Amino acid sequence: MLTIKQYVRAQSLDEAYTLCQKRANVVLGGMLWLKTQNRTVDTAIDLSDLGLDTIEETPDEFRIGAMVTLRQLEQNRELAAYTRGAMAESVRHIVGVQFRNLATVGGSIYGRFGFSDVLTLFLALDAAVELHHGGRVPLAEYAARPYERDILTHIVVPKQPGTVAYLAQRNISTDFPVLTCAVAVRQDGVRCAVGARPMKAQLYQGNPALLAGGITPETAEAFAGSVAAEAAFGSNLRAGADYRRAICKVLVRRALLACKEDA
Amino acid sequence: MEIQLKLNGRPVRDSIDADTLLLDFVRAHGCTSVKRGCETSNCGLCTVLLDGKPVLSCSVLAARAAGHEVQTLEGLQAEAQEFVSFIADQGAEQCGFCNPGYVMNTIALLRENPDPTDDEIRAYLAGNLCRCSGYEGQLRGIRAFLNARNQAKEEKERG
Repeated sequence: MLTIKQYVRAQSLDEAYTLCQKRANVVLGGMLWLKTQNRTVDTAIDLSDLGLDTIEETPDEFRIGAMVTLRQLEQNRELAAYTRGAMAESVRHIVGVQFRNLATVGGSIYGRFGFSDVLTLFLALDAAVELHHGGRVPLAEYAARPYERDILTHIVVPKQPGTVAYLAQRNISTDFPVLTCAVAVRQDGVRCAVGARPMKAQLYQGNPALLAGGITPETAEAFAGSVAAEAAFGSNLRAGADYRRAICKVLVRRALLACKEDA
Repeated sequence: MEIQLKLNGRPVRDSIDADTLLLDFVRAHGCTSVKRGCETSNCGLCTVLLDGKPVLSCSVLAARAAGHEVQTLEGLQAEAQEFVSFIADQGAEQCGFCNPGYVMNTIALLRENPDPTDDEIRAYLAGNLCRCSGYEGQLRGIRAFLNARNQAKEEKERG
């Protein structure tokens, strides 16, 4: 059971940051995962009043506030156009509309959950996070860091020419994924992220030389095999490691071919 | 702590604990259509509209809803009345426990997308669990309502 002693709607990021330094205090995202925990929170810090709930687009990037909901990501037309639907695809299986109206992108990324669909996609999109004190940090680096007591304020997605595809495997709709996969084909190569391994999402290089002659069904299969061989997988109640490795090969191949088709 | 919000159009002020959930708050203020289900943000039974958007009231702090507008089925009966008989006609109510959440989310769906396809209905209502019906009855009921409404609209346009 979650017990909260005090609730504060922070009026500035500095106030939120100061409150956040105490171990017993927690910054609220959508509160969905937090609520399932058995813990006592001294002060729950709400960022709702800080204007972090918008998606800004500039010629070079998207700047997504930490309090933007997964439903906003799903419905944003500019992100849909840029990702060719991959953004909506990455969240549409997450429980239901009511859940996605609460879950925040900041909570999802800060949590670096193993099952996170959005972490997988944002890694492939070469995103960065903005921390109130820590500044801009590449997401791949942030995802590997231990949890720290800084406020994640924005996710930044650079605009890069190319295509992206997102695929996930679930045992049943709306469940946690068995495996997640995002592939971005860029001018300088392929960025491939695999998550729900069941460990958190990570970028894998695979063997890029296999795609030197272009993406074909054969080269996509070979590259997917190299990613599946490189990635670490584990077992849990949803699937075994060997099954995940086999699924990884399929999803990476399909995502690559989808990118080629989109291009 | 003291909070004030608008509940079904009426201002409500109350003293609450910091961890009071919106679900408990609205039920304490007479809105017992809002059901306590899984309490793990999965079943949709506790759906309310927060500033017009469907959310799970079991996972929202009442304090967070302060200054905002909350609607429950008690405040939306006229809007619900348009289509609930179509769902009942399909025998899709069964035990009825999930029904208020279903109706609330269907209201949200039809406001957002007045003429959804079957796949859009399925996708929007995916977060509402029903342990009796198998979901087809609800889908048939909403489809029957939309067909009847569209037919009536066409007839009106034809004069």
